[in-house]
Amino acid sequence: MSFHPEIFLQQIVNGLVLGSIYALVALGYTMVYGILGLINFAHGEVVMIGALTALSVILALHGAAPDLPAALYILAGTLVAIPVTMTLGYTIERVAYRPLRNAPRLAPLITAIGVSIVLQNVALLVWGRSYHPWPPILPTTPHTFLGANITDLQIFIVAGAAAIMAGLTLLVNKTKLGRAMRATAENPAVAGLMGVNVNVIISITFVIGAALGAVAGVMVSANYQIAHYYMGFILGLKAFTAAVLGGIGNLAGAMLGGLLLGLIESLGAGYIGDLTGGFLGSHYQDVFAFFVLILVLVFRPSGLVGERVAERA
Amino acid sequence: MQTRLLSAGVFAAIAALALAGCGKEEPKPAPKAEAPAAPAAPPPPPELVVKIGHVAPLTGNIAHLGKDNENGARLAVDDLNAMGIVVDGKKLKFELVGEDDQADPKTGTVVAQKLVDAKVNAVVGHLNSGTTIPASKIYNDAGIAQISPSATNPTYTQQGFKTAFRVMANDVQQGSVLGEYAAKNLKAQTIAIIDDRTAYGQGLADEVEKAAKAAGAKIVAREFTKNDATDFTAILTKIKGKKPDVIFYGGMDAQAGPMLKQIKTLGIKSKYLTGDGGCSPELIKLAGDAAEGIYCSQAGLPLDKMPRGADFAKRYKDKFNTDVQIYAPYSYDAVLVIADAIKRANSAEPAKIVAALPATATDGVTGKVQFDEKGDVKNGAITVYTVKGGKLEVLEVQGGSPMAQAVSAVKAEVKEAVKEAEKAAGDAAKAVEKEVKKVEEAVKK
Amino acid sequence: MLARLRKNPAAKWLGLALVAAALAVLPFAVEATAGRGWVRIIDFALLYIMLALGLNIVVGFAGLLDLGYIAFYAVGAYMWALLASPHLTANFPAFAAMFPGGLHFPIWTMIPLGAALAAVFGVLLGAPTLRLRGDYLAIVTLGFGEIIRIFLNNLNAPVNITNGPQGITKIDPFSIFGVPFNKPLAVFGLNIPPVTLYYYLFLLLVVAIIFISLRLEDSRIGRAWVAIREDEIAAKAMGINTRNVKLLAFAMGATFGGVAGGLFAGFQGFVSPESFTLLESIMVLSMVVLGGMGHVPGVVLGAVLLATLPEAIRYTVVPAQKFLFDRQVIDPESLRMLLFGLALILVMLYRPAGLWPSQVRKREFAAAEKAGRVEPEQFPDRTDASEGARL
Repeated sequence: MSFHPEIFLQQIVNGLVLGSIYALVALGYTMVYGILGLINFAHGEVVMIGALTALSVILALHGAAPDLPAALYILAGTLVAIPVTMTLGYTIERVAYRPLRNAPRLAPLITAIGVSIVLQNVALLVWGRSYHPWPPILPTTPHTFLGANITDLQIFIVAGAAAIMAGLTLLVNKTKLGRAMRATAENPAVAGLMGVNVNVIISITFVIGAALGAVAGVMVSANYQIAHYYMGFILGLKAFTAAVLGGIGNLAGAMLGGLLLGLIESLGAGYIGDLTGGFLGSHYQDVFAFFVLILVLVFRPSGLVGERVAERA
Repeated sequence: MQTRLLSAGVFAAIAALALAGCGKEEPKPAPKAEAPAAPAAPPPPPELVVKIGHVAPLTGNIAHLGKDNENGARLAVDDLNAMGIVVDGKKLKFELVGEDDQADPKTGTVVAQKLVDAKVNAVVGHLNSGTTIPASKIYNDAGIAQISPSATNPTYTQQGFKTAFRVMANDVQQGSVLGEYAAKNLKAQTIAIIDDRTAYGQGLADEVEKAAKAAGAKIVAREFTKNDATDFTAILTKIKGKKPDVIFYGGMDAQAGPMLKQIKTLGIKSKYLTGDGGCSPELIKLAGDAAEGIYCSQAGLPLDKMPRGADFAKRYKDKFNTDVQIYAPYSYDAVLVIADAIKRANSAEPAKIVAALPATATDGVTGKVQFDEKGDVKNGAITVYTVKGGKLEVLEVQGGSPMAQAVSAVKAEVKEAVKEAEKAAGDAAKAVEKEVKKVEEAVKK
Repeated sequence: MLARLRKNPAAKWLGLALVAAALAVLPFAVEATAGRGWVRIIDFALLYIMLALGLNIVVGFAGLLDLGYIAFYAVGAYMWALLASPHLTANFPAFAAMFPGGLHFPIWTMIPLGAALAAVFGVLLGAPTLRLRGDYLAIVTLGFGEIIRIFLNNLNAPVNITNGPQGITKIDPFSIFGVPFNKPLAVFGLNIPPVTLYYYLFLLLVVAIIFISLRLEDSRIGRAWVAIREDEIAAKAMGINTRNVKLLAFAMGATFGGVAGGLFAGFQGFVSPESFTLLESIMVLSMVVLGGMGHVPGVVLGAVLLATLPEAIRYTVVPAQKFLFDRQVIDPESLRMLLFGLALILVMLYRPAGLWPSQVRKREFAAAEKAGRVEPEQFPDRTDASEGARL
């Protein structure tokens, strides 16, 4: 076996693109978790609905006016998808989570699973079972750097994920809304006493998370040029893993966890097979990811950059 | 909204229960129907009802294929009833008992049990290997013959069950044709193989690997993905480093589509070959122009190359007002094979049918059906296609009955000629269209 | 009233006898009214009861959220598939030499071996997670569940242990005292079909598992589990060896799963990795939570409901649509899952402690509600000690 630097570089690029996608979805999980301590299992489905809504708009627009610039289609699709998922996020919180705030911890987990099943099947009824391909609007000819190929869209995804992360961090740390969010996360009862309208803050968090979900959905489906009703489940699972890896509830952790997971998957699938003589090939891609996760959690029980310590009480 | 949906569901459930209450099971005009038929002048021979079970997924993402199978069987049942076959002094009346297994192994066994309870004489089905195999045990225990029109996993007929048959070439046959095709026709010296870790994908990929190695090609990479994956860049990049002549993928069109696009983005120049799971118009829809020039195969003959294919396609369309998908001719033949066994056994008893099936030699839509000692069809045909201009085109037919091939050769030539003519006409039309557009634009300006 | 009846031993035994008689004739009644297909569905429901009761030990008693429980079911199923099918002898000459007649372990070995192997796996997978809590524990157990499934799916090369995605076929049907379960059994002129034979076998084991669960709940260990669930640190302070007690919960819970898996393998005659997906784990967890965590009758109820509900919807949705609209308007499969999802949400909204919670939990929950009403903005403060308490 010989080592090809350009292949290695390509794997890094693959990992970064995949990781940015995971990170974007993970942000949605981590925001809700940070405030409510709740795994919003339905977030993957929100991403899926965002992707399918945007794609429907893009297809309709492309059918009506086939010669517009690609960015315009995507912008239009995203702008329609965002309010749709925002409404969805708000409704989910209002209907399925808020009534259960004082319930046993597992109750909202089960409603989250229920919401996720319902959303999946509603999407199935609306969009059907088939895979929906994107129209050929995006430039597919890649740029080549040192032998590694990357498309405009992929550059945009990596940059976009970083920008959104930075924006969110600013929002949480520098604005009044952010301060209210942090206060709610710290202690909702006391935050309420200090004049924070906790219910509104939680709703806003869900709505922002859902909007991010729509953006992530558009990016994911644009990257793979495909969308379908089941895409949210696997993506959500991976993103949730990424969020936990980084330390759930922590924005930087989600980004770090996402990128790390993407890199582990692509380098793991790319190299471990050859290193183990073909025994642990790419069919163990998910095992590498979970193995690293388990290792990290065994030694750092609250994730890589998690703030909360396990044995606080 | 949710409560409304729920109440609708509750209402539906109640309505259904009421229905189940009044019209339970509908014993159908079974043997009792003989009595009212009696008053005709010359006493017609008494009827013997032959129930044929049919199982395929009628819901789920391959429901269209399941319905197709069922329609094929239904057409055969109607044809047989029209013929008025008399066995043991009784006129045969065939009935089709259709069931849905949702392509789920557990449901497959539940439904198989249901058919055994309903005392069917023989079963046509199931569609997928994953449901066919566990169900075959139940049919075997009950001593009921099962003929699958489309399950291609070799294990199905290797379990030693006397009741298990299929009328479609299995994965070993298809895999060996594909492996040889890659090594000989595509002149591949190095091959990379990917499979999706499903029973179908892995089984096919293993057979391709064996055959390609036997034909002298070298397997430079064996990679894996999942049947719900969308990102293949890591394994494709690894394969890029090995520079294979051909990439073979054992899996379905839903993955092959995005995979082809990623192959293009990564700048991989290898030829692409895949099995029947990826050999569909759906693949071309998903991969767009990235599908151009790939090779793929389907088990069985293309419909227009079957001896009685054209006639079948026409009658199918007339009856069901839709086109044949893939396997309908095979489920049609499976029913014919059962009827033939009943004739030869002079009895419709399940055990007698099972005993008569190995000696089958029936002329069906797909050619002459004969079984080998395991219950696999002899001379199963494999067709290799390529994608040209956004359409699947037949490149070559391997195996299948000789008559079929002779017919197919002539037909292929005719078709090619027609296609070329069509294409020429199409090009002309396109050119005209372009001109018109130009003029229009000019006018606009 | 009920309490007084309970105290009266004669009434208690009479009640038990009535229930036993009802359960004994159930398959015949079901077969006569709804068809044999439903007996098979009930068989699967019995398997799910075993799984749900096993998970109940981990989640309900000890309060450890486990999302990878199906792995133990898989371990049991594959163990039995290997011990009672020609797979090993066909692929390993060493085994063929050792067992010239082929591998055909009797059913008596399945229960202890399945239980023991699953327990070993329970400890192995439980040990690294001892320091983790709540959601971190959930994701790690989920990871373990997936890892096991992925290995089962891929261990056909370099040595063929599990036959990969093809699964293992030709698993021996069970036979007890020379009575094979794959053929109808004639007793006193009564023809008992195979599904009904399996029903009795499964029922017997379910009864045993219920008995064990109830006894465990009342035992020292059971109380130690509850103590950990309620407050781990306090439990430690009271002298409970939390490490051992937690591992015991994982091991105990796993044994039920292992036995159920072995039964599943023998019943189906075929195992493949697609039967052991994450979705199945989630399904079993839903059974436990929906029924009433930690309360054995509730968990049994949850398992029966969730195992039969989708099937019942299947049997009713298609005819109902045909009746109402004269054609199929909505894909019955998606409608089925849609109704299932809605049922999960609604039950949790209206009965957050489960359909049939234990008296203690009901009281606790009522108290929490009350507290919530006094102070509307009171949230579960997420310090980790109380995290356990609410789980």
